[in-house]
Amino acid sequence: MTKSLIFGLLLAILMVIAPHADHLPLWVNALCAALLLWRAYLAASGNSLPARWLLTLVTLGSVGGILISFHTLFGREVGVTLLLLLTALKFMELRQPRDAMVMIYLACFIIITNFFYSQSIPTALYMLATLLVVVTAWVHLNAARVPLKPRLRIAGVLLLQAIPLTLVLFVLFPRVQGPLWGLPQDAYASSGLDDKMSPGSFSRLSLSDEVAFRVTYAEAPPRRDQMYWRGPVLWDFDGRTWTPGRTSIMSPPEFSDTANEVSYSVTLEPHNKTWLFLLDMPEKISDDARLSYDFQMTRKEPVKTRLRYEASSHLTYHANLRESERQLQRALQLPPQLNPKALELAARWRAESRNDDALINTALRHFNREGFRYTLEPPMLGVHSVDEFLFGTKQGFCEHYASSFVFLMRAAHIPARVVTGYQGGEYNDTGGYYIVRQSDAHAWAEVWLDKRGWVRIDPTAAIAPARVERGLAAAVPDNAAMPFMARNPPQWLRELRLNWDAVSNRWNQWVLGYNTELQFAFLTRLGMESVNWQTMALNMAAGLGLVIALFALVMLRHLFKRETDVTQAAWLKLCRKLAKAGLPRAPHEGPRDYAARIAAARPELAATLHDISERYIALRYGEHPDTVTQQAFLQRIRAVKV
Amino acid sequence: MFTRLQQRFRTWLFRPKIEQGTVTLTQRRIFILPTKQGLMLGFVLVLMLLGDINYNLSLGYVLTFLLAMMAVMSMLHAFRNLAHIEIRAGRADAVFCGEAAHFIFHFHNPSKLDRHQLMLRGQDGTAVVIDVPARQHAEVIYPQTSTHRGWLTTGRITLYTEFPLGLFHAWSYLHFDTPCLVYPQPLPEAALPPGDAPDGAGKRAVAGDDDFAGLRNYVAGDALPRIAWKAYAREQGLQVKQFSTQIGEELWLDFAAAPEINIEHKLARMTRWVLEAEAQGYRYGLRMPDGELPPEHGSAHRDACLKRIALFGLS
Repeated sequence: MTKSLIFGLLLAILMVIAPHADHLPLWVNALCAALLLWRAYLAASGNSLPARWLLTLVTLGSVGGILISFHTLFGREVGVTLLLLLTALKFMELRQPRDAMVMIYLACFIIITNFFYSQSIPTALYMLATLLVVVTAWVHLNAARVPLKPRLRIAGVLLLQAIPLTLVLFVLFPRVQGPLWGLPQDAYASSGLDDKMSPGSFSRLSLSDEVAFRVTYAEAPPRRDQMYWRGPVLWDFDGRTWTPGRTSIMSPPEFSDTANEVSYSVTLEPHNKTWLFLLDMPEKISDDARLSYDFQMTRKEPVKTRLRYEASSHLTYHANLRESERQLQRALQLPPQLNPKALELAARWRAESRNDDALINTALRHFNREGFRYTLEPPMLGVHSVDEFLFGTKQGFCEHYASSFVFLMRAAHIPARVVTGYQGGEYNDTGGYYIVRQSDAHAWAEVWLDKRGWVRIDPTAAIAPARVERGLAAAVPDNAAMPFMARNPPQWLRELRLNWDAVSNRWNQWVLGYNTELQFAFLTRLGMESVNWQTMALNMAAGLGLVIALFALVMLRHLFKRETDVTQAAWLKLCRKLAKAGLPRAPHEGPRDYAARIAAARPELAATLHDISERYIALRYGEHPDTVTQQAFLQRIRAVKV
Repeated sequence: MFTRLQQRFRTWLFRPKIEQGTVTLTQRRIFILPTKQGLMLGFVLVLMLLGDINYNLSLGYVLTFLLAMMAVMSMLHAFRNLAHIEIRAGRADAVFCGEAAHFIFHFHNPSKLDRHQLMLRGQDGTAVVIDVPARQHAEVIYPQTSTHRGWLTTGRITLYTEFPLGLFHAWSYLHFDTPCLVYPQPLPEAALPPGDAPDGAGKRAVAGDDDFAGLRNYVAGDALPRIAWKAYAREQGLQVKQFSTQIGEELWLDFAAAPEINIEHKLARMTRWVLEAEAQGYRYGLRMPDGELPPEHGSAHRDACLKRIALFGLS
């Protein structure tokens, strides 16, 4: 194992491990770095590798460390960490070419594990760069005497040739819908909305710039203040946290007097939850999902891959005019002995108001006039969280307003519940779609009114109308701890970001989202008549064969094309001519001897051949043959008549 | 039954054909199969593909396909690395039994493509690595240890390459008829037989030994005491002292006069005798059961005698 090969492998391993650095425990990063540095030092100094017992000790230590850090030895995260550590450790006993081969295969595996965390365009480009380094080390392993530059060239050529073939395979390789076996619980990161709401859960989300989903409207988009994307509906309140609760009622929802239908398609980022987001109130959906009694769209399986669905909703509706008594009772439950001041306030409003509408307006006016502030950094709340918020801190985010509003409504005997989801979105001009980010997460209230059914009330709009009309950035002070891009970045940066998002969206839909259905749709559109795995395999084989044959043609072409000297070619042609006449040139015969022999056999050719052979010798072996003499030579050869 | 059939198939496929002149490795002469590493990669790729399907990793598919296609392309590269190379067997100098015969092969790469990491491997496991840059010649010495006297050939040698990724083994068989003559291994020392020269003295003149005539280059088999160590110390290389030939001193090296019973041992003694007689400057003749070489002196005569001895009894 040469020093340069070890450094090449080190670079390859470093490049495959590096993207993992930000989600590994600090000590794993440090240990990997230390091991690689140690190996580099050993290679540079030529010292011998560490003893086996020491390595065993370090291995056991790192397994113990993983056990302490993760509390388990199973699961994807642990698996990846273990793989990285063992790879770095394997380096410490890299002795034979066979070990190096194992390192290269490990490196390829580690590249794949990185895709658990990111499959974006930069990740793909980085993968290509990494692969180039890995393959260069691979070539080095098999051709130690080839210098770096040609080695890099060979690796690059291999990679470039593989790209079109990969394209054919990617499109035509019959896709199987995973998963094939059960996945560990941590296999999918879950981000975004939870089906619980407690103070602070939304302000935490508002810090995230991540995309929740993207929406394309079939026709004109609705008004911004109608873009309420319905998620989990929360019924039960324990004084601090809202939860969906349980019910045995499975009656289907009833909508009446619907109008203002909008159709749209949503590309949902995987969130590892079963619910889908639709505009209030959902009407139709292309995915296999069910509309629950409280108007949530849910599917059986959690969304583990990017999901695209077409849906339509009615912006105007009457929902569940005839709600069951049990549900209405559920929507009035309050935790006992909590928030006495709020209960008292609600009782006073009830007494003062003529009807429910008036009471709701009183409540909203209260939020609007009594010095409430909309902020991302609300103070901590104690046991009587609603009381403390309403009469003490008066600073809150959407969850505080939704929570206390529903509490007040229930206290005033109006059935109410909390609805969570997303509100608004950012329009991408380049792609013609809306981006809804985690920072657009929102919570609002729904009350049930006689003859009107469930009605959406957004108390946040009473305090910070800008939140609903223009988004979060417009509603909070400039110095709030928000992601930089969610505030008001310069115009060019905003455009750049939107363009980039449009490209990413294409990438997500066509590359990352290329699954069984999309493959079917795409191949049908390409004109394939019956899309099944046999035809796909046949087409794939044909496509690959064609491209490989093309490459073979280009690669082997010049092997068959011998560059012969014009002078020599003419001379050989003459020899063949003479051979046909029964005077073949013996392999050992030089031009002069040959000419002499022919002169003896055919005296009439003697002078010509002597001249030609002398010219030939002068041209082939002389110092400065020029084109004029060459032309004369060729002319004489042509003139020979046998 | 099956193994026999397999054997017959192999002999048919790899028809041993003894070659002369220049061999060009055309596509019909090149075979290609995956190596153990290649099969291993196949296994790794299947694992990766299962992972991609299971976790629905689109980029994982891309990586898996890229690796697979690089492997496929590496097959073409391995083939190209070998294709259209021209090989000619050069001469091989005679050696004494036990020494390594140096067969020389001339490689010519007429294309504008560097050929890397070509390996020559014989049936006895000897391996030589060769690189042939574009449009260049390379001369390769292929050593083969000689085990018995007579003609030594390389047998069938495999020229193979696993460049660039070691996943495919592309090979071609070379079977050249260029032989190397192997002399019997001379006895370490043996006194020359008593002469039966016409003058009746029988022994060479003592004076002849002192009649220093000059130096010549060392040839394998020369007696150690005759090496001119002083010249060696002057860094003139290994040279051997030569003594003048005294006309009339004729010596017959007779097969029948060798005391050994075993023919090989007799030949070993005779080999030593020839070397000794040549070194000491005799005119010597060789008398073998199948004929004789008249007395003569000089390296050509010596080589002729050694050849006669080496090939004795071999058809």
